[in-house]
Amino acid sequence: METMLNPEVVVSSSPHIRSDVTTEKIMWQVILALAPAACAGVVFFGWHALAVIIVSMMAAMGTEAVTRRTMGRPVTLNDGSAALTGLLLALVIPPGVPLWIPAVGSAFAIAIGKQVFGGLGYNPFNPALLGRAFLLASWPALMTRWQWPANSLAWAGSHVDAVAGATILPLVKHGRLASLGLEIPLSQLFIGNVAGSLGETSALALLLGAAFLLVRGIIDWRIPTAYLGSVAVLALVFGENPLFHLLAGGLLLGAFFMATDYVTTPITPRGRVIFGLGCGLLTMLIRKFGGYPEGVCYSILIMNATVPLLDRYTRPRRFGEVAKGA
Amino acid sequence: MRPKTFRGGIHPQYGKEMTCHLGIETLPAPEQVVLPMAQHAGAPAEPLVKAGDTVDLGQKIGEAKGFVSVPVHASISGKVLSVGPVSLPNGNVSVAVTIENDGEDRVFPELKAPGDYRQLTPERLRELMREAGLAGMGGASFPTHVKYNPPEGKRIDTVVLNGAECEPFLTCDHRLMVEDAEKVVTGLKALMRAGGAEKGIIAVEVNKADAIKALEKAIAGDPQLSVAPLATKYPQGEEKMIIRAALGRIVPSGGLPIDVGVVVNNVATAAAFADYLATGMPLISRVVTVTGRGVKQPKNLLVRLGTPIQKLLEACGGFAEEPGKVIVGGPMTGPAVYHLDFPVVKGTSGILVQSRAEVAGGESMACIRCGRCVKVCPYSLLPNFLAEFAEQGNLDQAEAYGIMDCRECGCCTFVCPSRRPLMQLIRNAKGKILARRRKSG
Repeated sequence: METMLNPEVVVSSSPHIRSDVTTEKIMWQVILALAPAACAGVVFFGWHALAVIIVSMMAAMGTEAVTRRTMGRPVTLNDGSAALTGLLLALVIPPGVPLWIPAVGSAFAIAIGKQVFGGLGYNPFNPALLGRAFLLASWPALMTRWQWPANSLAWAGSHVDAVAGATILPLVKHGRLASLGLEIPLSQLFIGNVAGSLGETSALALLLGAAFLLVRGIIDWRIPTAYLGSVAVLALVFGENPLFHLLAGGLLLGAFFMATDYVTTPITPRGRVIFGLGCGLLTMLIRKFGGYPEGVCYSILIMNATVPLLDRYTRPRRFGEVAKGA
Repeated sequence: MRPKTFRGGIHPQYGKEMTCHLGIETLPAPEQVVLPMAQHAGAPAEPLVKAGDTVDLGQKIGEAKGFVSVPVHASISGKVLSVGPVSLPNGNVSVAVTIENDGEDRVFPELKAPGDYRQLTPERLRELMREAGLAGMGGASFPTHVKYNPPEGKRIDTVVLNGAECEPFLTCDHRLMVEDAEKVVTGLKALMRAGGAEKGIIAVEVNKADAIKALEKAIAGDPQLSVAPLATKYPQGEEKMIIRAALGRIVPSGGLPIDVGVVVNNVATAAAFADYLATGMPLISRVVTVTGRGVKQPKNLLVRLGTPIQKLLEACGGFAEEPGKVIVGGPMTGPAVYHLDFPVVKGTSGILVQSRAEVAGGESMACIRCGRCVKVCPYSLLPNFLAEFAEQGNLDQAEAYGIMDCRECGCCTFVCPSRRPLMQLIRNAKGKILARRRKSG
């Protein structure tokens, strides 16, 4: 038996075994977790919604490939992150937008939101939300043209025309529903048979996906718990129905899929709790007092900016570390 | 009752089923042994023999140099062929004594059994553990007697025997506990007497139910002794974690077990001490697990120190297929080697051969800040930041973030989905920090 090993035998530093979880697998599992919400969007808003999703994902991946190649860096389409950003963007815009809207939005999200900073892992802001904010600022009329699923307004009775142009949050915020003596059934809000962004309306579908991510250990429970919890508590403080605030708008999509984005949220356990609380507070402040009816997108983007600070000041106490001054 | 444990850690594929039921086989002494003078942490021993000398089995061939050092003994009888440098799997170079076996196993006449530990004073026992050449057999190989000579003002109240064997694939301690439980317990009692400890705990992961049973029987109701069943989780056997789990005590950052009144020894170290007291034969052999999918017939082997690892592999039928990686020790902390002449030393617990398909690899990508490393780090460090500071050469910041608390268990690297070499970067920076400290005195 030869004592010198074949040069093909690997010599490397320990550890010599690795978990089978890879970045790529994580991204595709998040995409899988979003599938129910995307399907619900197509069911409620029709085939155009599917076209929006496809265009958005293709544009994101195309932009990723082009920008990486232009910068002379390895094209990293396989990691799935561009596809995920494209999907997320599609889910947070109105389902009836012309198809160039998701294309432009995704291109912006990837090029300016992500690659400018160095690509996956380096972007400070959630690229999909940045893309949405860009679209809303640039084409506000297109980005606020809402559509109710067919037969979803039966509860409005003869007042259909009075509610058909808006989503449920502004209708409640400005007291229009109350003045008409109307109330939307919470069950309808739960299954998602209402106007809203493509993938945000169905709480049922979103919770299914969220449960999958939580069970698989892909997202940390801290952020969504702190986010949803603080929204519910503040709703009570403001004298409003907490369940309505949890189900309406983009909160569930934001809390489980945007505020849990690894790259743009804190890495420390305490930092994650504070991040979630901050998102909840800002969301409710905007919903209650802000100029916009919905605050999920901006609250997460604003909290994204605090992440380096949160990471720095919420370092866990090390094993056996003695408190300073003790 | 739920088994005790610590915060963090990982659950890798254990792979112990390949060898945990296999009785220890004795490997015949090889034709030649290579005995490095640096088989332990601290100062290498000083060779006492020269080429051409004849040595006997158990004869001291290297004398401890300084306090943090232990002697080295001949593991066969025969003729010294050479005294010169050899490289070790960990990358260090050590002077080694090479002995050619005369096949007689002629025992050194001056060896005599010290006898029952109860008849010996604690001071004498502490001297004897050094004379036996005892250094931690779990892998770190810290000289045992040093732990039993605590600094002024510190007192040992508990001896914890480490039978966790949390490294995947290794079963040498498991088999020793099953087959030689009495010896392990006798060794523990002797260690307790040497340290003046009133309590002795043998901490074992619950996946070794037969070992727990054998040890409980060997303890035979002694009120000072107990077996602590611990959760099966890596790195359960890391010194600070085993103390946390078995006793609930937290060793301070930068501190030693003695700071909380504890000494931790490997079960094999205790058994070797018991052997020495009963027979006078110092540490000249140990159990090594030879395993992995790349080995034809995995085994637990009792081998003489200094045996080239090639002999162990031959005894196991050689490679099952073209090997992908050969590791001395366990897969989490053991170094990979490039030839098979490396000798078994006091800290060698296993030889693991991975098949080509098993070799972990993959391109290292950017950190996505998923936080998995933070979640598993038993010391509550932020490995992602430490590795980043290490990459930047920002040693001050790395120190401020507690890099020196890292015990290099490798959990962070194991879980990293971006395949970042976190622990390698951290280890590298730690080395630089230590060098810097030495320089500035």
